[in-house]
Amino acid sequence: MPGRDTVAPPRRRGRRAARAAGLVAAVALLAVIVVLSIAVGAKAMPLVDVWSGLLHRDATEYAVVHRMRLPRTLLGLLAGAALGVAGAVMQALTRNPLADPGLLGINAGASAAVATAAAFLGVTAVGGYVWFALLGAAAVTALVYAVGGGRGATPARLALAGAALNATLYSYVSAVMLLDTASLERLRFWTVGSLASADRATVTRVLPFILLGLLVALGAARPLNALALGDDAARALGARPALIRASVIVAVTLLCGAATAACGPIVFVGLLVPHLVRALTGPDLRWLLPYCAVLAPALLLGADVLGRVLGRPGELQVGMVTAVLGGPLFLWLVTRRRVAQP
Amino acid sequence: MTVIRTSFGLSLRFRPRALGVGAAAALLAAGFGLVALGSGDYPMGPADVLRTLTGGGTLAEQFIVYDLRLPRLVTALLVGAALALAGTVFQSLVRNPLGSPDILGFTQGASTGALVVVVLGGSSLALAGAAVAGGLGTGLLIYALAWRRGVHGYRLILVGIGVAAILTGVNGYLLTRAPLMDAARAVLWLTGSLDGRGWANAGPLLAVLVVLAPLVLVGCAPALRMMELGDDAASALGVPVRRLRLALLAAAVLLVSFAAAAAGPVSFVALVAPHVAKRLTRAPGPNLLPSMAVGAALLVGADLLAQRAFAGHQLPVGVVTGVIGGGYLVWLLAMERRAGRL
Repeated sequence: MPGRDTVAPPRRRGRRAARAAGLVAAVALLAVIVVLSIAVGAKAMPLVDVWSGLLHRDATEYAVVHRMRLPRTLLGLLAGAALGVAGAVMQALTRNPLADPGLLGINAGASAAVATAAAFLGVTAVGGYVWFALLGAAAVTALVYAVGGGRGATPARLALAGAALNATLYSYVSAVMLLDTASLERLRFWTVGSLASADRATVTRVLPFILLGLLVALGAARPLNALALGDDAARALGARPALIRASVIVAVTLLCGAATAACGPIVFVGLLVPHLVRALTGPDLRWLLPYCAVLAPALLLGADVLGRVLGRPGELQVGMVTAVLGGPLFLWLVTRRRVAQP
Repeated sequence: MTVIRTSFGLSLRFRPRALGVGAAAALLAAGFGLVALGSGDYPMGPADVLRTLTGGGTLAEQFIVYDLRLPRLVTALLVGAALALAGTVFQSLVRNPLGSPDILGFTQGASTGALVVVVLGGSSLALAGAAVAGGLGTGLLIYALAWRRGVHGYRLILVGIGVAAILTGVNGYLLTRAPLMDAARAVLWLTGSLDGRGWANAGPLLAVLVVLAPLVLVGCAPALRMMELGDDAASALGVPVRRLRLALLAAAVLLVSFAAAAAGPVSFVALVAPHVAKRLTRAPGPNLLPSMAVGAALLVGADLLAQRAFAGHQLPVGVVTGVIGGGYLVWLLAMERRAGRL
């Protein structure tokens, strides 16, 4: 409870210290994976070369590090944080353990809008994709919320409605790719979900949207905690339910739209990370969201590095790796827990 | 419900309205078929088509009808009927109007099989075989994962959604592995198309339908109706619930797989046809026969539209069914929401 921290019992103080230490450990893990993401690739680099490539303009590794690996790693950080936090706040808002931007069709909505822009409006660069992706994500987020935000929508039913939306939107995207071979060539790599096309322009383009989305989501953490008690209790605690919901929807739209525009629809990151983190921190969003913002990029970049190692001499797209890694967890969740109730 | 009793103890029960709807849909399919046989680069009047079909007509007309247009029409009729039957069985088994094979992963499994052949290179026969194998393998996998002292509706749905999400990632990856021309062919196949379908495509599906449809229609339909009362009630009425569910699932997966092998995974026919049939017949329980007729009419009509709607530009039939199905789905979600069932 806020305002009573001064007389917090020793146990609670201990838990807080443990959580903070855990967060530091998570940041350290992320740092290791970031270094790996810069070092591993078609041309593997020893750590010394990574260091010199980062700092010395005349080093031979400078171009590889600054043109390819660094933007890719940055994009992975941004997109991972976006998807993880978006998943966490969606799960909190809809009170649905299966909420994930990929599973509920939000990323697919962004994809459909991007496919439309690429095929019919001649938009080819990420700079142009962003606005369309945001539009598509906003439309599907609103739809998902209209369908599943109220009482009575069970996890399974919401997931089913999302799967149906996904099927529709993917059939639309493949129809677009079919009608126009040029879009097929561009979009078939993008629709798997990949960090490979990252460059500096992409990163700077999506950076403001994702930062803004993260800020809004983090700001909503505390009122969302209150909302978990129900609308009346939340109002009694001074929160404004309608405002919180609106700001969460804005945050999810910004995060998912920008992440999808930059690296395509990626599934399961937003589902997987909050579930793993909740086991560490409990449901308090003030801890859950920062943990997700750190560990989701670690997962996404880790999957990306894994894809580069397994797919040599080419690479496996990160979207495929997360689907194959995250799928079994989803299956475990729905078969072992009490989620599968009508 | 009308009952006809004969003097020697055999009684026949049927619903006149359901029978009427089935007959009307079959007539509609025949009418669409007549138009489809008569239209094209060499237009023929309905009278000419009928004369050719009954053995008359010139040599050229016989070639056009029997070798070019009839195989396509027959494939369309069979695929529509098979998908509708499978969709009706699925929706009845999982007791959910959204439980169609497109959403539960079976279609994605068939696509994975086919894409593997596209990437590795192979004949169209190998492609069809791989589609069947992929669909059946996915069916087995989903059943095994969802099995926990029997397979329950919602667990099957959620496991299906998870498998579908994983396979979507795998399919996207496979699509990027193929050269561009093969990828274009693969997307065409994934959308579902009847272009250039001959007797070789229709044959296997016809065989499966001839065996399975009577089994399902005569052998399982009454029990399926009882199972909609719930497992306990059905068991009390003497239905071997588990064995029957396994048999019906196997039959539906076989139908979907062979339909996909014949024309690709045409989307949403399996979802929409049972709904339309149910609305028209206003009968409770699975309307297997009317659904099959509606499915056949739907697919033939959609194919006619796809071929003729845009002058000089032929669309694959899957694009048309995707658009129809997507629109219907959004409407369905809204209705379910309003009725408080979602």
